[in-house]
Amino acid sequence: MKPGTIAIVGAAETTDLGKIPDMSQLQLHADAALNTLADAGLKPSDIDGIASAGEAPGSVAHYLGIVPKWVDGTMVGGCSFMLHVRHAAAAINAGHCQTVLITHGESGRSNVGRGAFHGGGGATLPGQFEAPFCGMGAPTTFTLPFLRFMKETGTTLEQLAGVAVVQREWAAMNPRASQKDPLTVDDVMNARMIAYPFTKLECCLVTDGGGALILTSAERAKDFPTKPVFIIGTGESVEAPMISQMEDLTVSRAFRVSGQNAFEESGITHDDVDHLMIYDAFAHLPLYGLEDLGFCQRGEAGSFIETRNTAPGGSLPLNTNGGGLSYMHSGMYGMYALQESVRQMRGVAPAQVQDAKISVCHGVGGMFAAAGTIIMANEQP
Amino acid sequence: MPDKSKIPLPIPTPETAHFWEGAKTGELRLQKCDECAHTYFPPRPFCPSCASKRVSVFKASGRGFLYSYVINQRPHPAFDGPYSIAIVELEEGPRMMTNVVNVDQTPEALQLDMPLEVTFEALNEDISLPYFQPAGDRQ
Repeated sequence: MKPGTIAIVGAAETTDLGKIPDMSQLQLHADAALNTLADAGLKPSDIDGIASAGEAPGSVAHYLGIVPKWVDGTMVGGCSFMLHVRHAAAAINAGHCQTVLITHGESGRSNVGRGAFHGGGGATLPGQFEAPFCGMGAPTTFTLPFLRFMKETGTTLEQLAGVAVVQREWAAMNPRASQKDPLTVDDVMNARMIAYPFTKLECCLVTDGGGALILTSAERAKDFPTKPVFIIGTGESVEAPMISQMEDLTVSRAFRVSGQNAFEESGITHDDVDHLMIYDAFAHLPLYGLEDLGFCQRGEAGSFIETRNTAPGGSLPLNTNGGGLSYMHSGMYGMYALQESVRQMRGVAPAQVQDAKISVCHGVGGMFAAAGTIIMANEQP
Repeated sequence: MPDKSKIPLPIPTPETAHFWEGAKTGELRLQKCDECAHTYFPPRPFCPSCASKRVSVFKASGRGFLYSYVINQRPHPAFDGPYSIAIVELEEGPRMMTNVVNVDQTPEALQLDMPLEVTFEALNEDISLPYFQPAGDRQ
């Protein structure tokens, strides 16, 4: 896309985050959507394009009374919403629709009205060649590459723990964060072991919530009550549906393809980036992200975080909402990373980065199976 | 007692049947492209490197090394205590997921790059799973 042709003019999360037992998953989509429509000063009838993951876009559109002429149900896991932003930008520029609503809602904790994740059962390739070895979901699967990463990069378990410590510092500044109490490296390393070498505090939270975005052309953005946030670069990719079949367990090919595309499209350099979000379902993801997106040389991400470059007051504020480790994680966290980038670009984040003008928001889907990258700016380039 | 009936059973498809037939007889089977010589896994009737349909199934050595792993601490009915979920890199190149068995399930006993060899365990008359154990002294 041409940088700056599309703007985010509406953005909001669900009224509550954390434990929401009184709402079904579909209602979480609707709650986020209604808050976002109010943010943008729109009614459902003003929306002509819809995208969602987790719930089918048709279900969300019907529930909200939207008549879309453009629909995207791309579902690649937690970064689906980054891909929706990218696809919506292309659709608006192509004239397929004018005003797109992207919704997320997930009853990850309370499990109310939540359809199961259907992996397809024992006849799929993951069902045949991974499931029989009894991984118990993401904590034993997403984490599997990390010992190899440590061995090949020299990264330490203390540095892994440091990711959770620094993000908790950011969370402490955010009233909506689920976990705000300060942590030490020892606290993290001595927490209950979930899947060696990962302790509980290096695994994401399990919460309920939702969020939504409204996109339109930059031309129309000035007619909205909100400060527009401009999309200046986008990327997406997929790799393997099985963690054991990654090309290289120590790098994410999908991160690299997606990130490189977004940077090339935007025309910015890494030095231009004021704020960064890297989807952190587990503490090693920011390490992979910093290296695969090109912010750090190979093997340097652990010490980069350890020496407080990404902490409050550091040169590259990272996961400033507290991240999936401390803010919230419903299951598909990508929407919350996007929301924090929008807040930072609007200048209204609880832990606002002073004078932040460019934010890179990077998501992962599945277990390193997919990636999406959106670069935002607070001014039209 | 571990209840092996709680292991999610693989369901072979036409493309993967040779692998599971081999497992039943104690053979670890891989595929190799007859055109570009690429060796690959998981099974498919064409080469993922060059797309040739001229591919062959062959019996792998069953040897490899421990590439990466986690030790799951949460209880699973099919296991007695913590157990490893691992990725083994085979001598022929491909990697696959497995459980490392017949060894203490501790970081001290499970060292990256340690040599492993395949060992099969029958779950029923149709399905045997390829596990890996520390390699013996045999050639």
